[in-house]
Amino acid sequence: MKGITTFIIKDILKNRIVILYTLILCGFSWSIFSLEDNVSKGILSLLNIILLIVPLVSVIFANIYMYNSTEFIELLVSQPVKRSSIWYAMFTGLAVALNAAFLIGIGIPVLLFIHPLTALVVILAGVLLTTIFVSVAMLCFILMRDKAKGIGLSIMLWLFLSLMYDGLVLFFMFQFADYPIEKIMVLLTAINPVDLARIQVLLQIDVAALMGYTGAIFKKLFGTQTGYFTSFIFMLVWIVVPYFFSLRLFKNKDL
Amino acid sequence: MIEINNLTKKFGKTTALRKVNLTLTSGTCVGLIGPNACGKTTLIKNILSMVVPTEGEIFFDGKNIHGDVFYKNNIGYMPQIGRYPENMSVRQVIQMIKNIRNHQGTEDKELFEAFEMEKIADKKMRTLSGGTTQKVSATLAFLFNPPVLILDEPTAGLDPIASEILRVKIIKEREKGKLILITSHLLSELDDLLTNIVFMQESVVVFNKTMEDLFAETGENRVSRAIHKLLKTGVLS
Repeated sequence: MKGITTFIIKDILKNRIVILYTLILCGFSWSIFSLEDNVSKGILSLLNIILLIVPLVSVIFANIYMYNSTEFIELLVSQPVKRSSIWYAMFTGLAVALNAAFLIGIGIPVLLFIHPLTALVVILAGVLLTTIFVSVAMLCFILMRDKAKGIGLSIMLWLFLSLMYDGLVLFFMFQFADYPIEKIMVLLTAINPVDLARIQVLLQIDVAALMGYTGAIFKKLFGTQTGYFTSFIFMLVWIVVPYFFSLRLFKNKDL
Repeated sequence: MIEINNLTKKFGKTTALRKVNLTLTSGTCVGLIGPNACGKTTLIKNILSMVVPTEGEIFFDGKNIHGDVFYKNNIGYMPQIGRYPENMSVRQVIQMIKNIRNHQGTEDKELFEAFEMEKIADKKMRTLSGGTTQKVSATLAFLFNPPVLILDEPTAGLDPIASEILRVKIIKEREKGKLILITSHLLSELDDLLTNIVFMQESVVVFNKTMEDLFAETGENRVSRAIHKLLKTGVLS
């Protein structure tokens, strides 16, 4: 199985889009840190890239790659290879290659320019988001036989988690502003991996104080060691659950 | 060698296979024939567990294939339309399958040489014509000397020369005591290949006979005529 995984990793790393993606991330992060004196501001600018562009590219690239690999998967299934191994190889291949692009593009400059502990949180957030959206893309692939529908669904999910979800939460918050909804707010935030990544990075740069009472609660809950650990677990759930759900569907798929 | 028990496969509302029972033994060359969409390819895909049966079981060498993959080491499969990763070269595809199967023992390079694969080995799969892709499929099916060969429409798309090479190769392998399962529409070319005929119609196996029985019953000596006669006399419906 190692053979298949390495083959996929090599195939993706040679892909022009992934090379371009790495270069663009590189360009962004180097220019942000070279132009900005204030590191905190630099991280804030970088955060938008990590929260929007990284998941978008991961989900769309992984999804299209899956559809383009239909023949490859079919060929493998007719050979003595377990379906679970094929699925694992596809997932590992995509996750490793896209994470490599992220680590080269953003990981290295971040490690060079900012405090190691903060850098670690930023990198971990990016790596987890990349992996989560690869897992989600594979689920979209298995749910939709049609390529256009599959890509549409993955874009919708990205749109929902990255942009619409916050809007809904904000709307909810204004509607119920008179009630003690902090705990529900925390729960709602914890469900969304993009929000978790955002909060963990923001807590690192002390702008949490600007977020008022809710910010204080976030700090109290997410800023502790248990908080870090719980956010980490919640994000892992976002990787594991879509992966195993799609694996179950793939095992019974007719090719 | 292969035993199929009560196999039913449904795709949504349509039934592709209905309670199929079939036993295939080594040393025979079985022709799986029948009109379009009668479930031939679905049956083959079930044997390779490329589709999951709705009901029923398949046994390979006495072992249930459900949840097993290693029995596929004993099968060489040539699909009707070979679909390969477009960016890979012929050599890479062959190399990858070699890695996957981890084959011990000698490789059967006869078809590789007969089809002059070395000449096209560095071409990408997407640049190959349909016939050349079929040659790659055939080479891969025979490469590991498997005791069972499953050939889905092997000669469709092949030119007469390649077709003849493949035919000679099939006869040669049959003599070695292998089980060969062939589907084909072209009845005329099957005459001297087959030892058994399985006729399918509308998702069910209508009969499974040896060639001698078939010829004796119909009084014909060509597969195509014998089948036509059976169809005309309404024995099958």
